[in-house]
Amino acid sequence: MSILDWATAALLIAGAFFFLAGTVGVLRFPDVYNRLHALTKADNLALGLTVLGLMLQAGSWTVVLKLLLVWLLVLLAGASGAQLIADSAVRAGIQLWERR
Amino acid sequence: MTELYLVLSFFILLNLLAGIVRVLRGPTLQDRMLTAQLFGTTGVAILLVLAEAIGVAALRDVALVFALLGAVAVVAFIRGASSPDEDQPEPGSEPGSEPGRGP
Repeated sequence: MSILDWATAALLIAGAFFFLAGTVGVLRFPDVYNRLHALTKADNLALGLTVLGLMLQAGSWTVVLKLLLVWLLVLLAGASGAQLIADSAVRAGIQLWERR
Repeated sequence: MTELYLVLSFFILLNLLAGIVRVLRGPTLQDRMLTAQLFGTTGVAILLVLAEAIGVAALRDVALVFALLGAVAVVAFIRGASSPDEDQPEPGSEPGSEPGRGP
């Protein structure tokens, strides 16, 4: 395996770790707003690292640009979706979790 | 290298399946909505890794469609969850709102 393959492997494993962190956050955090935090941060970062690792293996510039486009779309969808969900939660009257 | 891709895509798939717990337990509708977002993003990651692992380049286009569908799905959920009285009134449906009417 070349140095590029090692770099791809490291980035993909880091991305998988952040997916795990995001899933644990969604399962374990105490209320909707905290879960949104965990979801969007981990999703952007995990998918970003995965896409970066795959970009190193890409055969041509079109593949690199397509991967980048997918990541940017997921970023935009995640950011606006999180804001919409949080707004819907506030309208529904969901209270912030307080440390007891 | 292919084995690493397959193991990682299986691992991300396990994360996706673990999100189903939040769909079943999540006390509010918004918890289920955000899990739909999680499904979309992990699905995109699995498709991109598989596209590299088995060499089918069309899976990247499928991942692109997943990303767009994820955005649309969340907006559809929000529209379905909002109560009808929060909608804006239709333009022109209020009396006297048409342009060109003098005093």
